[in-house]
Amino acid sequence: MVNWIWMGMIVFSVIYGAANGKMEQVAEAAFGGAQTGVTVCLGLISILVFWMGLMRIAEEAGLVRKLSLLMAPVVRKLFPDVPGDHPAMGYILSNMSANLLGLGNAATPMGIKAMQELQKLNPEPTVATPAMCTLLALNTASITLVPTTIIAIRMNFGAVHPADIVAPTLLATLISTGAAILADRWYRRRNRLPPAFNANRNAGSVNPGAAVSPPPASAGGG
Amino acid sequence: MISIIQIVSTWTIPVLIAFIPLYASLRKVPVYETFVDGAKDGFGTAIGIIPHLVGMMTAIGMFRASGAMDALVGVIRPALELIGIPSDVLPLALLRPITGAGSLAFVSDLIKEQGPDSFASRVASTIQGSTDTTLYVLTVYFGAVGIRNARYALKVGLFSDLVGFFAAVAACWLLFGLV
Repeated sequence: MVNWIWMGMIVFSVIYGAANGKMEQVAEAAFGGAQTGVTVCLGLISILVFWMGLMRIAEEAGLVRKLSLLMAPVVRKLFPDVPGDHPAMGYILSNMSANLLGLGNAATPMGIKAMQELQKLNPEPTVATPAMCTLLALNTASITLVPTTIIAIRMNFGAVHPADIVAPTLLATLISTGAAILADRWYRRRNRLPPAFNANRNAGSVNPGAAVSPPPASAGGG
Repeated sequence: MISIIQIVSTWTIPVLIAFIPLYASLRKVPVYETFVDGAKDGFGTAIGIIPHLVGMMTAIGMFRASGAMDALVGVIRPALELIGIPSDVLPLALLRPITGAGSLAFVSDLIKEQGPDSFASRVASTIQGSTDTTLYVLTVYFGAVGIRNARYALKVGLFSDLVGFFAAVAACWLLFGLV
């Protein structure tokens, strides 16, 4: 799906730009975008270098493992295929807590560290595992208690109560995170079951002919 | 309540930065050497993300510059206005999953134009605060470990963005009423 969206955006932009005589801007934006990509990464370097260093200390001291064991019962439900005492659990939890507190600077390195730990459990290094997809779903929806940036902006423009959007934000983020978890669950289940088993479940009866007709589970759809 | 949360979020990082080396020292970990050793990995990880981000940012930049983004907004605008969603907020539904900086700029501009306490500004603030930039998160997290086949992760992310958009509008209706 990423392939299609990426290609689609580029091709559509060129066609649309051509039709509207905006080729110059499109060309400019292509290289401007590339530059933005590098700039963002350069900004990430300092954060990643610092936190990865600090987290190595936490790991060596046994803190990550301790955190994993402590919170495993809570996170295990979301990540059934990760062993409870695996370091990934500790990083997943740190990532979720940092997100919750609106600490974006810390959340990203911890999330990346969690991904790297999950990658160690991955039999196919270029294909995402279900656990990785769940972690990503949690991060794209990002449960946030205090949206600090937006409160600061509202304060700048003289809002009566700059923080009055905290309640609706919390409500919206809970709903969208719930939706992300449910959708993730759904795809996870659909992709795990072999087609024949799926067909039997859907049909409700064991019919050898039905195994041919079900819609293929789109495991390769990414 | 909010001030407590804010205090917690400003104190967590410094306390964490002090606590981790202290705890490790007590357990006889050579903290500085360990830090430098782990920090090296951070550099490699950040560099590894560059190709992924450059690819994504290029496509996004072109999409916006060509005017295709605006055209897309124009297409779905009437449909959403029909169910009472402020049309000024609409571009945000498309911008938010694609670009964090772009959507933040859009929200700031909307707040500046319509005042921070208008309904549209509140909805926009809620959308901005309640979700993260799906495409960016996907690119960075999967790019960092070299995942090329994201499987269903993007669909899940975009679906939750869509749900989040409507949830934000509904939450603002519920809590602020139609102003």
